[in-house]
Amino acid sequence: MNIVVCVKQVPDTWSEKRLNDEDNTLDRAATDPVMNEMDEYAVEEALRIKEMHGGEVTVLCMGPDAATETVRKSLSMGVDKAIHVLDEGLHGSDALATSLVLSAALGTLADSGGFDLVVLGSESSDARMSVVPAMLAERLGLPQLTFAKEVSIDAADGGGGTVTIKRLTDDGYQVIEASLPAVVSVVEKINEPRYPSFKGIMAAKKKPVDTKSLADLGVESADVGLGGAWSAVESFETAPPRQAGTIVTDEGDGASKLAEFLASKKFI
Amino acid sequence: MAEVLVLVEHTDGDVKKVTLELLTLARRLGEPSAVLIGSDSAPGVYDRAKAALAEHGAAKVYVTQDPEVSSYLTAPTAEVLAQLVEQSSPAAVLLASSTDGKEIAARLAVKTGSGVITDATDVAGEGGSPVAEQQVFGGSTIVRSKVGHGTPIITVRPNSTPPEAAPADATREDVTVTLSEAARGARITDRVVEEKGERPELSAAAIVVSGGRGVGSADKFSVIEALADSLGAAVGASRAVTDAGWYPHQHQVGQTGKTVSPQLYVAAGISGAIQHRAGMQTSKTIVAINKDPEAPIFELVDFGVVGDLHQVVPALTDEVTKRKA
Ligand SMILES: Cc1cc2nc3c(=O)[nH]c(=O)nc-3n(C[C@H](O)[C@H](O)[C@H](O)COP(=O)(O)OP(=O)(O)OC[C@H]3O[C@@H](n4cnc5c(N)ncnc54)[C@H](O)[C@@H]3O)c2cc1C
Ligand SMILES: Nc1ncnc2c1ncn2[C@@H]1O[C@H](COP(=O)(O)O)[C@@H](O)[C@H]1O
Repeated sequence: MNIVVCVKQVPDTWSEKRLNDEDNTLDRAATDPVMNEMDEYAVEEALRIKEMHGGEVTVLCMGPDAATETVRKSLSMGVDKAIHVLDEGLHGSDALATSLVLSAALGTLADSGGFDLVVLGSESSDARMSVVPAMLAERLGLPQLTFAKEVSIDAADGGGGTVTIKRLTDDGYQVIEASLPAVVSVVEKINEPRYPSFKGIMAAKKKPVDTKSLADLGVESADVGLGGAWSAVESFETAPPRQAGTIVTDEGDGASKLAEFLASKKFI
Repeated sequence: MAEVLVLVEHTDGDVKKVTLELLTLARRLGEPSAVLIGSDSAPGVYDRAKAALAEHGAAKVYVTQDPEVSSYLTAPTAEVLAQLVEQSSPAAVLLASSTDGKEIAARLAVKTGSGVITDATDVAGEGGSPVAEQQVFGGSTIVRSKVGHGTPIITVRPNSTPPEAAPADATREDVTVTLSEAARGARITDRVVEEKGERPELSAAAIVVSGGRGVGSADKFSVIEALADSLGAAVGASRAVTDAGWYPHQHQVGQTGKTVSPQLYVAAGISGAIQHRAGMQTSKTIVAINKDPEAPIFELVDFGVVGDLHQVVPALTDEVTKRKA
């Protein structure tokens, strides 16, 4: 079973985010980069599937130089090897460009045995679009099994097999079934990601990282980056900060003070 | 006037409020055409949906009743829409920012070579090309964007605009689709709806009362429900609560739960982690009850009570009931 897991490097969720005044893109210099939290669950799930069915896990990350940190973290969790798509031309890429690049990178794997499963997080904490997995499935012409809170694989001898997931929906869940190869995205309910062990961290240093440029992937730089973006920010403004609220300490009268406030706002 | 396609969200022909909101916004951009996809198990969806769609300005209703479309996840619906985009060159396609809505939009964007904007909170029709407004970074920044390629595809959050009536004909037009092999990849073999009570739906409710780990146990969650009922509110929960199994997952508010933006959000026993805030910080008025004066939720509140929720919440329920009587 060959599994590819897509991980993204994002600004730390706790750090304050702002847009760059020059080109309206996220000012990444202003924040500490970390691995997108949801993608840790994707890595964990990929490793668990490998532990049950054998094979190899490859991490695929598109991002700037600093994203090496995220690649390394995946390797120290136990991923076998990495593809890092790194190119100046990628700055400002939107979801359409990201999915294009990821599908091109997956295409290059055909020579080395291809893949049976692509695992992604269901959302990146910075873009928060939840669209890359569906776009990737569309581009690859593969079944899409997204928002999985449970994944099970029924591997056939000699490759192939089926994948079944429970997909979280607004009012419950759906059971989705497809044959492999397929694209799966996971939610954080699915597992508890492991911490890299000391041994894992040491081993990661020796694992292969294949760095690819846009040219290596045969992707035109006009189709990605800021120039290739298919929607553009016209303007932005910072919302006025919330006014500091009233805070009272309950001395038996907390509820009536709160009720008074709610009444003053006409909620009761 | 150019058509604007609106994908209808419905339960067996019972049209969801968000669709009426989309039709209202679509009228700013052109003439709304509703796209209604029915399943085999509920024939006659058009007859049930017609009145609501007509009242809110749908000039046309494209109807597909092919059971194959709803048996597979998102891809077939994207194919239906792609076919309609090809056929009618609409000014835009509007979908709800639900899980399915966003994924259908994503696939449609790839299929039609178009740009996509998700989670819009408003759409304006400046100069014929739509400008979508989004609130990013937890509502701290408002961004207005335009789609520069192909047909603008925009997903809009529920509650972005009040539905307004503007009667139109809602003329039926049947659509026949031939699904590709690739669209039939991911089969939906079962749908499980977890219990649904009498309370308002979380993502559309005007008031939401949420409980967190501070509630203490599944049994004690009834104090949150009682306050919600006194206010006519929906019940929400933090992930700590849904993970512990104290309350069902579909009530989770936050990054991986629902995004809510009610008039009033009440957080009881919730610390206010960034992932929770991501789902509620654009609420108009926020109040919190928490025994820890340092809890980050207090940074967001209009009114906060530092105290034990097991004292404050039941007392507040009594006050509300008394004042409402
Ligand atoms: C990828 C990812 C996605 C996530 N998505 C979400 C999400 O969608 N939604 C979400 O909510 N979380 C999400 N989380 C989890 C989030 O980080 C927090 O762990 C969670 O929100 C904490 O829930 P809580 O506030 O109920 O619990 P805690 O943080 O434990 O806070 C409990 C609070 O209750 C107070 N308290 C205790 N007893 C009482 C009492 N008797 N009276 C009054 N106050 C009391 C305490 O002072 C404390 O502030 C996500 C995490 C990750 C990693
Ligand atoms: N630059 C990237 N490199 C690798 N994977 C990515 C990248 N961007 C997004 N992804 C994957 O797509 C998922 C959903 O992201 P998004 O659609 O941006 O919310 C993430 O959780 C990642 O698994």
